Amino acid sequence: MTALRYKQGRLFATHIQGFEYKEGNLSMSSLPLRHSPTARAFILVGIAAAVWVVAYNSLQPAADWITYRVLGLSPESHFGSALNFFLYDVPKILLLLSGMVFVITVLRSFVTPEQTRRWLGGRREGVGNVLAAAFGVITPFCSCSAVPLFIGFVESGIPLGVTLSFLIASPMVNEVALIMLLGTFGWQVALLYLVSGLTVAILGGIVIGRLRMERHVEGFVYQVKVRANTPNTDSRLTWPERFDQALSSTRDIVGKVWPFVVVGIAVGAFIHGFVPDAALAEILGKPAWWSVPLAVVVGVPLYANAAGIIPVVSVLLDKGVLLGTALAFMMSVVALSLPEMIILRRVLKPRLIGLYIGVVAVGIVLVGFLFNLILG
Amino acid sequence: MIEVKILGTGCPNCKRLEAETRAALDSAQIPYVLTKVTEIDQIAGYGILATPGLVMNEQVVSAGKIPARSWIIKWAQEREAASAE
Repeated sequence: MTALRYKQGRLFATHIQGFEYKEGNLSMSSLPLRHSPTARAFILVGIAAAVWVVAYNSLQPAADWITYRVLGLSPESHFGSALNFFLYDVPKILLLLSGMVFVITVLRSFVTPEQTRRWLGGRREGVGNVLAAAFGVITPFCSCSAVPLFIGFVESGIPLGVTLSFLIASPMVNEVALIMLLGTFGWQVALLYLVSGLTVAILGGIVIGRLRMERHVEGFVYQVKVRANTPNTDSRLTWPERFDQALSSTRDIVGKVWPFVVVGIAVGAFIHGFVPDAALAEILGKPAWWSVPLAVVVGVPLYANAAGIIPVVSVLLDKGVLLGTALAFMMSVVALSLPEMIILRRVLKPRLIGLYIGVVAVGIVLVGFLFNLILG
Repeated sequence: MIEVKILGTGCPNCKRLEAETRAALDSAQIPYVLTKVTEIDQIAGYGILATPGLVMNEQVVSAGKIPARSWIIKWAQEREAASAE
């Protein structure tokens, strides 16, 4: 069997036939051919991918085997169907997350915030906002870097509205949320989420840009003097380094979200197995015009993990909540969070923060209405 | 003796970078003084777009990630060699 472990910033492979771990490098002592570190890294990733595909395809049989054969539960029983759902969904989502976060991080290692800034330099409103929103999705970025990034963008002359398109898109189109939607609802809903998130970020940035809010940026931002020495960070990475970093951040992200996935799916499995459809449909099923704004108002102060919210949303959807309402709820939870607003408060004055929240919230409400209208 | 600065507002990654840097430089027996820069306008002054940033002898060597220890040692040795000349 294959076991990939991660230890002290190095790719660590044990028990793979033909591979042996030596001094931080993967060596293939039993194979006569000499391979470069790059070739070795690719071979390892290839093997891991093959194991992943086999594991992914054996999930449903394995879940069936455990619930119905080993435990002898009936597929018709509440507990049996809930347990089967749980045993299938938890490993499925975790596998999808690990695999796709790895791929996304490898791709992201080709983009750096410095390159993004160079790309956005000199772009006008419109084209600039579209590019900024797109880069907001693909640039590796964590919310604790929001302030230096904001200052760096503004200081290099990128318009405020374009910078904000980047800052809105980045949390709004969350890679974990995207993967979870893909795993739970299929690619159509995931694509819908991606496109609508980008649209809100583009339009939100344009609106704020038009309102001439520059004086509501904290004064020191314009006074920051960057020293002459420009960062000479090594952006050219080798493939083993890219895989190494990707493995490290996959471990980070999956390590952080897995409890939310388990709890979220457990709640989902419980509702799936026990709560009769009629009960929830009675409460939430009747689509009213105020259901979308209400979902956003509830979602904004709520700061939950995307990974935990989606299994619950998926069940609500099963029980009759409209897709637009459910998506609006999820987007408002993910895109607008109190911790990020507190971080941004250091560079934006209260009025601009308020406008930021308002514009994004209104954008999400419109997206919700639109989907309910089209798909309802 | 090299002068090391960790640029970051105190997020978990900044603390990890500090620990990694100390471990790397200790293991390579490179003498250093380490200071933490937490004020945002000072961090921005170094021109980095993502935290945590690593500065050696007033030069930014890394930003927005936690580099491998081998890289940290290599950068430090380069700075040491440069200052010895």
